Amino acid sequence: MSTRRDFLKGVLAGGAAVTAGAVTEPAIARETKKRPPDGLGLLYDATLCVGCKACVAACKEANQNPPEFSTVDKLWDTPLDTSGYTFNIIKMYRNGTMDAKDQETNGYAFMKVSCMHCADPSCVSACPVSAMTKDPVTGIVSYSADACIGCRYCVAACPFGIPKYQYDSPTGKIGKCELCRHRYKDGHYSACAEVCPTGATLYGKTSELLAEAKRRLAMKPGELNRFPRGKVGGPDQSYETPAGKYLQHVYGEKEYGGTQVLKLSGVTFEKVGMPNLPEDAAAALSETIQHTLYGNLIMPFAVLGAMTYVAKRNVKPDDDAQSGKEEG
Amino acid sequence: MADHQHAAPAPVGGNLLNTTTLVAGLLIAIMVAVLLVRFVFGLGAVTNLNDGYPWGIWVVVDVVIGSAFACGGFSVAMLVYIFNRGEYHPLVRPALLASLFGYTLAGIGVIFDLGRWWNFWHIFTPGYANPNSVMFEVAVCITLYIIVMWLEFSPTFFEKFGMTDAKRKVSKVLFALIALGTVLPMMHQSSLGTLLVVMGVQIHPLWATPLQPLLYLLTAITMGYAVVLFESCLASSAYRRKIETHMLTPMAKVMLGFLVAYLVVRLGDVVVRGALPRAFAVSLEALMFWIETACFIAPLFLIGKESDRRNPAKLFLAGVLLMLAGALLRLNGFLIGYETGDGFKYFPALPELMVTVGMFAVEVLGYIVITRRFPVLPREEATH
Repeated sequence: MSTRRDFLKGVLAGGAAVTAGAVTEPAIARETKKRPPDGLGLLYDATLCVGCKACVAACKEANQNPPEFSTVDKLWDTPLDTSGYTFNIIKMYRNGTMDAKDQETNGYAFMKVSCMHCADPSCVSACPVSAMTKDPVTGIVSYSADACIGCRYCVAACPFGIPKYQYDSPTGKIGKCELCRHRYKDGHYSACAEVCPTGATLYGKTSELLAEAKRRLAMKPGELNRFPRGKVGGPDQSYETPAGKYLQHVYGEKEYGGTQVLKLSGVTFEKVGMPNLPEDAAAALSETIQHTLYGNLIMPFAVLGAMTYVAKRNVKPDDDAQSGKEEG
Repeated sequence: MADHQHAAPAPVGGNLLNTTTLVAGLLIAIMVAVLLVRFVFGLGAVTNLNDGYPWGIWVVVDVVIGSAFACGGFSVAMLVYIFNRGEYHPLVRPALLASLFGYTLAGIGVIFDLGRWWNFWHIFTPGYANPNSVMFEVAVCITLYIIVMWLEFSPTFFEKFGMTDAKRKVSKVLFALIALGTVLPMMHQSSLGTLLVVMGVQIHPLWATPLQPLLYLLTAITMGYAVVLFESCLASSAYRRKIETHMLTPMAKVMLGFLVAYLVVRLGDVVVRGALPRAFAVSLEALMFWIETACFIAPLFLIGKESDRRNPAKLFLAGVLLMLAGALLRLNGFLIGYETGDGFKYFPALPELMVTVGMFAVEVLGYIVITRRFPVLPREEATH
């Protein structure tokens, strides 16, 4: 019998097919995507934030979300984290005696948590049914409950923990910030920025917000400066206040290829809950692997061809039938 | 072809009502009750899932691990038809049966976990389907594979009901089904690993690698052989049949070959990526890494020698260890080594566990009913 020789042939056929696929790799490698030039976003400046949570309430109202309680009396909407019903929240950092604001030791600070509207979002790459999409012009990462199958791969994939699912409902949806895109037609913009009394949350094109962020990083701490409120390029609502003590880091400028929501802080970003992310998006690596293996189905068909060839030689047409009849 | 001297498959026969089938039936009833609550009140009513751990055991155990346990059919079919080792032919049908059940249940299990299950058809629908999504690839491939396996297995049913014409027709295209039946699992078993890549920094460095697809593929094949060892030994003892050591011994050697290849890639990858120091940290992740690695390495010592591979008890134990090892690789990657931020904990709720248990009960019950009533296991002259 020539079984050993056939065994080797099988190995070689499979190996050849796999190598054929691997060689095509460089053509398919996918770079991390960049922000669209007119992408919209927010600039959150933790040093301007006073923790009033007007943005949390406005977000609830704009998205018609129910209140969530964390106190015994259940009088106020007091969510502790974003959820399927809370798309924006202000979190507090506390350390030691909490003497001064925006101070890492013995201080406290605020941080806004909401969708970062990534240039190359993991949730969009993960979603098998295009329920998560990124607008090519505004760059807003949107969710469609009508398309969603509720697999929650987006929840697992997002490094910021943003898309969240409504586990308490038999027809639960994913909830996340969509930058109030449903309010634009009435001349409104993101509710959180609209109501922010100090301009800590500012709405606008990310390119302009980035320039504004850089302007602030160049300020001398404590020096009087003008700060816009509401939206950049909108009606002048600016006011004068001393500049904060910034870390020289615009969070979101480069993380995961850049996000459309940018953040400034006086306390290390990791300590206020923003993950330390590389400049290359995980979606780029995932899709590179996916398309290297399955791009145009070249590799699957090559392997299938090899397998069919070998199987055809090794399987007799009525393999099972024969053995059944002869012995049975 | 060497299979002509093998005994033809035949029903085992015997009573369907016994302690095992009754217990399985009870567990299945509990599962149905839990699922009823789940579909009326939502996932939160019966599971401990939360936004830090959106995937629990229904995904990781029932689907990711369950489908890897169901790779016996794929591993054995590859051995018999691709590597032309006809001497293993009698193992094909029982292995295929277990795979058929494992995959069909994994497919059904996905529906239990889908939060908006009535939309599931979107995944196969152009306009909705997103080919960039690893999940899309997994879903499409698994679905196709389940269909292919039912067709591959259909001769068994045709045989039972005397439909020789239908059986002949399927037999004519059997080679194509077998080819598809090897390529599809290669595709989705590797992609199940790729699922982790987009989660990026949330995966612990000991399990975060772009080589994910290769690791998952190699372990799926290894687990396929391990499951066959496990099932053959179990079926022999439960049905008081002779153990098929003449096939299991050489097959175990093939399994060890894949195992060594896996270990080289796995450990090499951990070292090259510089993740090894993390294995020496005092952490749950490091501990789980070593338990996982020990389960992969132990079989090399247990059945590394030819004489040890003739010992059914050692073969059985090696099979169990490798099933456990592969399961741990998946559990560690998807749950233990998954960290999405502070404040989230996950341990399955009791009703959640009962669904996973119920799924395995369906598998056991199905296997018993089919092997007793349909020609799956090789005919045996000895009485039972």
